[in-house]
Amino acid sequence: MLSRLKQLVVYALNPLVLLSCAGMASAKEAGSDQPEGWSLLNMPVGVTESARNSYDIHMYVIWVCVAIGVVVFGVMIYSMLAHRKSLGHEPATFHESTTVELAWTIIPVFILVALAVPATTSMVERYDSSEADIDIKITGYQWKWQYEYLGEDIQFMSELSTSEPAIYGKESKTEYYLTEVNEPLVIPVGKKVRFLVTAKDVIHAWWVPDLGVKKDAIPGFINETWTRVEEPGIYRGFCAELCGKGHAFMPVVVNVVEADEYAQWLADKKAAVAAERELANKSFTLEELMAKGEEAYNRSCASCHMANGEGIPGAFPGLKASPLTLGPVADHIDMVVNGSATNAAMQAFGGQLSEVDLAAIITYERNAWGNDALGDDDKIVQPIDVLKFKQGQ
Amino acid sequence: MSSDSNYYVPEQSPYPVVTALAMGLLALGGGLAVQGKGMLILTLGLVLLAVVFYLWFGTVIKENMAGMTSPQLKRSYVWGMSWFIFSEVMFFAAFFGALFYIRVYAMPWLGGEGDKSDMISLIWPGFQPEWPLMVNPDQVVGGEKFVGPEKNMSFPGWGGVLGWLPLWNTIVLLTSSVTVHWAHHAIKHNDRSKFNLWLGVTVALGAIFLVLQYLEYHHAYADMGLTLESGIYGTTFFMLTGFHGFHVTMGTLMLFIQWIRGLKGHFSADDQFGFEACSWYWHFVDVVWLGLFIFVYVLG
Amino acid sequence: MAHGPAKGIGRWLYATNHKDIGTMYLWFSFAMFILGGAFAMIIRAELFAPGMQLIKPEFFNQMTTMHGLIMVFGAIMPAFVGLANWLIPMQIGAPDMALPRMNNLSFWILPFGFSLLAATLFMEGGAPNFGWTFYAPLSTTYAPPTVNFFIFGVHIIGASSIMGSINIIATVLNLRAPGMTLMKMPLFVWTWLITAFLLVAVMPVLAGAVTMMLMDINFGTSFFDAAGGGDPVLFQHVFWFFGHPEVYIIILPAFGVISAIIPTFSRKPLFGYSSMVYATSAIAFLSFIVWAHHMYTVGMPLAGELYFMYATMLIAVPTGVKVFNWIATMFGGAISYETPMLFSIAFVILFTIGGFTGLMLAMAPADIQYHDSYFVVAHFHYVMVAGAVFSMSAAVYYWLPKWTGKMYSEAMGKTHFWLAFIGFNVTFFPQHFLGLAGMPRRYADYALQFTEWNMVSTVGAFIYGAAQILFLYNVIRTIVAGTPAPEEKTWEGAEGLEWTLPSPPPFHSFSTPPEVK
Ligand code: HEA
Ligand code: HEA
Ligand code: HEC
Ligand code: CUA
Ligand SMILES: [Cu+2]
Repeated sequence: MLSRLKQLVVYALNPLVLLSCAGMASAKEAGSDQPEGWSLLNMPVGVTESARNSYDIHMYVIWVCVAIGVVVFGVMIYSMLAHRKSLGHEPATFHESTTVELAWTIIPVFILVALAVPATTSMVERYDSSEADIDIKITGYQWKWQYEYLGEDIQFMSELSTSEPAIYGKESKTEYYLTEVNEPLVIPVGKKVRFLVTAKDVIHAWWVPDLGVKKDAIPGFINETWTRVEEPGIYRGFCAELCGKGHAFMPVVVNVVEADEYAQWLADKKAAVAAERELANKSFTLEELMAKGEEAYNRSCASCHMANGEGIPGAFPGLKASPLTLGPVADHIDMVVNGSATNAAMQAFGGQLSEVDLAAIITYERNAWGNDALGDDDKIVQPIDVLKFKQGQ
Repeated sequence: MSSDSNYYVPEQSPYPVVTALAMGLLALGGGLAVQGKGMLILTLGLVLLAVVFYLWFGTVIKENMAGMTSPQLKRSYVWGMSWFIFSEVMFFAAFFGALFYIRVYAMPWLGGEGDKSDMISLIWPGFQPEWPLMVNPDQVVGGEKFVGPEKNMSFPGWGGVLGWLPLWNTIVLLTSSVTVHWAHHAIKHNDRSKFNLWLGVTVALGAIFLVLQYLEYHHAYADMGLTLESGIYGTTFFMLTGFHGFHVTMGTLMLFIQWIRGLKGHFSADDQFGFEACSWYWHFVDVVWLGLFIFVYVLG
Repeated sequence: MAHGPAKGIGRWLYATNHKDIGTMYLWFSFAMFILGGAFAMIIRAELFAPGMQLIKPEFFNQMTTMHGLIMVFGAIMPAFVGLANWLIPMQIGAPDMALPRMNNLSFWILPFGFSLLAATLFMEGGAPNFGWTFYAPLSTTYAPPTVNFFIFGVHIIGASSIMGSINIIATVLNLRAPGMTLMKMPLFVWTWLITAFLLVAVMPVLAGAVTMMLMDINFGTSFFDAAGGGDPVLFQHVFWFFGHPEVYIIILPAFGVISAIIPTFSRKPLFGYSSMVYATSAIAFLSFIVWAHHMYTVGMPLAGELYFMYATMLIAVPTGVKVFNWIATMFGGAISYETPMLFSIAFVILFTIGGFTGLMLAMAPADIQYHDSYFVVAHFHYVMVAGAVFSMSAAVYYWLPKWTGKMYSEAMGKTHFWLAFIGFNVTFFPQHFLGLAGMPRRYADYALQFTEWNMVSTVGAFIYGAAQILFLYNVIRTIVAGTPAPEEKTWEGAEGLEWTLPSPPPFHSFSTPPEVK
């Protein structure tokens, strides 16, 4: 019996060892500053007061539980060993004791009080989001984050930049697989930053473990939270509330920089926004639009309508030979800018993308995958057309 | 605790499994019907359910008349009915809870009051939290999905109190609770004709209530712009009163059946559980109405 | 009164006998366990390595959702109702359940309900994909059209649970043998009485929640839409008002099973019977007032966070009482280690670990980090798999000789136990690490640093799954070819009315009520 069991265990563990070696070899590259997978056993201490608070309470309650566990399991294992029938132990007959029962009801209450006190202080601090230096509105979309610097006229979308072939194993996976974005949130070190968290479609949750911040983004409501990061660096996090098929694919990246670097970034960003606005008046060739469009489509639209334009039957319509992509151009622009009136999943992209991107995407959709819009007039959409459409509303 | 030595264990029966089939059809048919894919299966399920209930309850009544049941079984029925009513109470609790949550928390939060971010005006600039809610958040940002009602069902002030339907509904329903109690009293004293009379009156009052509620709904849709789609006020109003109305319909139907049974002489001073169970149900429906009257109409 | 089972399929379709219905419940729940387990295997296989290998993300979400729903509503709950059907009449000295025809109805709803749920996998838009907690508006405005079948499915499954519970309450309160006072009832009966009360109280609330969804989806209401003055978080409050008691619905009958088995194999009466009853009631009461500990990150007011934290922590006290009582029962006994006892001991250890992580989750400031990470997944599999499922395994081994009159293979039982014990821990212990390191739950794909422990977890899951094949084989072998169970008593230390009946027991358990002193 025992030997058979041992054999089974060895057999079961064998593939385990082999596989994990393979896993280590494939996932780690030389010079990576990613932590080693096996060593990830505990919560990060983090770089903010809140994160450290969570960590301290976490360790505190763990040790309390370990201590209780040692006593409880100790007694249990002792009697499992000492009071075996096979040793000829005669059973006792006691079956109650008011003293003992009272003791093990009351002592835990005291332990719980000792746990509750620091937890309460920590929560009170966390809820004080007053006197912030910077206000940033964070909006969750299926499946990206929008950051809006209140009072600065800066807003942008932050989306996953890992390529689809990498996800489907057609390209090798790089170091920050699934934790990299096209444009991270940038905040200054040492300043109190207030986040106003909300969502446009379904519930998301904005989580950065190192900052000790996790807040649900509820459509139609605003949740406040805040952070004051103590060390510059790049911190990576996740969407933590199931939000549809792209839930695993909308990471958070926060770039924490020194104050002067932050000021520089703000200035650059504002200049870039202005330049982008300028571009809206420029006229592009079909080739230029197609190239830009493909890139922007794959970033913003392919998650639903798929890169090949075929959509997902029953959930998301294909755009290949669809009535709108082949039909009048105004309806097409309307759908993309204002979203669908009947199906909330098709968002209004007018406020999310620049006129150039919108024009490029629409042009791309009207020409890609063998789509052949009616005449030349209907083939190409220029940024200015989109701008006019928006202004005409 | 039981002291009866004679247990009643019924024979095998085809009714339950057919009831389950009917419920399966209802679920499938319901899912199809709300998607506009036809009513056939739903109707089939309903018909099957009606038929099998008729047969099943018929059997129970026959067994009862034949004296096959024991006092113990009756106690089981009593427990069964009581806990069923308790489950109905919890069903309504969910909807009342929703109403309280909306009024106490969600509404102020949407207007930037209370314990939530005052930055909410970034999303709903200028939204005024008030109850009854006449202008939805959607409308303050130019949306058209949820258009608030033009009028609401609140207390119109003492001047219009006599034309206020909910008041009449309350009177009708409270009266019916009294009449059903009189019927109960009568059968306890073996006074069959009084029993039939008061139960008949109760059923009639139930029907009157339903007619009044129909008028109220018609008024809401036709004249007040108050619909299921007019935001959270319409939502809570119709869902609470609607489910209550549905329960009144069921209760009236149940009492009607008991009335027919009464006419056939099924009940006696010491055996009237079928009626009794329905009357409990009726009192429960009545109490729910009082809650509605206070929280939906008077304080609405 | 018929004295034996009917012949043919009619015996099962038209059954009014508590044992036949119990048997159907047990087999049905095992079938659902296999189905839900198969979904779990798909999840674990996909998560073996980073990247999407086997399935698409949208299908992954369907698998997670269906796994959770089927395990909770299809496997665990019906399994314990099956146990209740078999055991309660025998343990309180009754011939059958109080309302036998309704008993049949509550069972037969289940196959229809779950077929409907499973059929959505093959429909356009796919099965429900919004998690077993189906938060609005992902489950309303953004749901696939099959959500309507899900809603009506939940309605009838809920109706089944309510009827089953009413039946159990009526049976326990009304059919006890003379002399069997409430405080003499076996703990399994007590825990089920309280569970049934919880079910009657919260299943209608779940029905309310899905009804609100139905209206929002199809009839233009705005319960969960801020644009119309509603609130998506309202859904979570309604759901968890049901959902938290639900997790105790899952575990309380398991407590009852363990309270029967540990005394038997310790050959010593259960320690602290009355405190067990009070603790169970206290857990049930507390379960109604702690629901928002699942919602520490939704942005509740501070006072709410603190209140729900304190209330949740309190549950550790009555649960601790139960754990201490079991250990005190073993202490000083004459313990032997047959398969049911092995599973029960593992239950006590692993459930306690799961309880400890529960307490950690209850600490709001720490839960802000744990929430919706694999740490939560680890927590609830410790209490639900090592809790509920292990106790079911223990129960089957313990009472199988009573039910069938035949003895199972102890060697195979022990192998099953060790495989399950090892496989379970290899699967779920590393998930604590994953969660703490920051891996969110319901992720179809993950960043590279999570690779190693996910691989370990997947390997463990397949070991645990394989162990269940052995279990199934052992049970079937016992039924068709088991050696007869010992004439006198199967278990030397077993107490209770069910052991006064022959094995297998007669068709109508107690036709004349036994006298209980
Ligand atoms: C059988 C089911 C079951 C059981 C019994 C429990 C038991 C407990 N659970 Fe768990 N829980 C779930 C099933 C269960 N849970 C599920 C399914 C989820 C996830 C749902 C989802 O989101 O999908 C969940 C999630 C969950 C959360 C939310 C996590 C999150 O999403 O962020 C929390 C938070 O408080 C929590 C807490 C607890 C607590 C405090 C207990 C307590 O009852 C535990 C009490 C036991 C002990 C503490 C151990 C024994 C006691 C002693 C030895 C005495 C001495 C001890 C001390 C004084 C510390 N659970
Ligand atoms: C009581 C309930 C219960 C039970 C028993 C289980 C059992 C298991 N569960 Fe879980 N689980 C939940 C309830 C339960 N679960 C819930 C509520 C969720 C949350 C869902 C959500 O987020 O919405 C969840 C989520 C969940 C996740 C997270 C998914 C995600 O976040 O995306 C994972 C991942 O590992 C998992 C794994 C497993 C495994 C490996 C088992 C194993 O124990 C299963 C073992 C059983 C079998 C394997 C079947 C029997 C054997 C055979 C059929 C033989 C053939 C087998 C082989 C081929 C090996 N479960
Ligand atoms: C989150 C999912 C999602 C994303 C992302 C998305 N769409 Fe859509 N799209 C939909 C859905 C759902 C519909 C169907 C709307 C309806 O039925 O009214 C749709 C419909 C459309 C249509 C109309 C198709 C037809 O012929 O009926 C067009 C054109 C379109 N989308 C373009 C885009 C563009 C351009 C983008 C990116 C900038 C995009 N979509 C991103 C979900 C999405
Ligand atoms: Cu966004 Cu998950
Ligand atoms: Cu809970």
